[in-house]
Amino acid sequence: MAENPQKSVAHPRPLSPHLTIYRWPVTMMTSITHRATGMALSGGAVILAWWLVCISNGPEGWQSFHGIMDTVPGLVVLFGITWSLAYHFFSGLRHLAWDLGYGFDKKVAERNSVIVFALSFLVALAVFALVYTGHAGYLR
Amino acid sequence: MSSLQTPLHKVRGLGASHTGTGHFWRERVTAAALAPLSLWFLYAVLGLAGTSEVTALQFLAHPWNALLMAAFVSFSLYHAALGLQMVVDDYIHTAGARLFLLLGIRAALLTCWLVSLFAIIRIAAL
Repeated sequence: MAENPQKSVAHPRPLSPHLTIYRWPVTMMTSITHRATGMALSGGAVILAWWLVCISNGPEGWQSFHGIMDTVPGLVVLFGITWSLAYHFFSGLRHLAWDLGYGFDKKVAERNSVIVFALSFLVALAVFALVYTGHAGYLR
Repeated sequence: MSSLQTPLHKVRGLGASHTGTGHFWRERVTAAALAPLSLWFLYAVLGLAGTSEVTALQFLAHPWNALLMAAFVSFSLYHAALGLQMVVDDYIHTAGARLFLLLGIRAALLTCWLVSLFAIIRIAAL
């Protein structure tokens, strides 16, 4: 590679703030997390399709689904999808509010970002707590 | 004259690229439909957690539940196709890779949709 003619001889000049040293505002985190959870939920849709196929296959299908998902990695994936759905739900409501013209104030946007993160974890934990305390399965 | 845009251009509201408004709208409309459907989905999966395949079959065989599940799956996958396209549009800058990814994503989501619908119909017909 050719020598950079603009390379400083004595001291390297300071670069503009880069991602590695940039303080991430919470609004930036909510934006990127909305996209990441959306991508994760696309994978969740595949698991949902597999779940429906398993149910349609009767007892053996139900067993095969639970044989894989009732393991530690399976439960980690299920918790990830549950949290992703909760997050994407609350963050999505926020996006719809923005489309109607609400919530653009800087302080409000920062406050709502924290609320969305808190609510999503709360709901995901509540879902798992309901299952493990035996309060789920009410359709029996 | 306050604008150089023709009245027809304004009323179409398509902007400079002539496309994308439909994508934006479909994303919002599917999101608005998915908000209540997600609440039903949560009610359904929580109610079925820890039960048996008999419970799940009976629940999903009910016409309303079959329809709601079909709606949830359909709106979700359509919304996913729109959202994933936006990710590809933002980050993939070569035409070939973009075409390959968009076709691949749509083929995968369409397969997922057909399999889900087939399973829902099969459950309802049992």
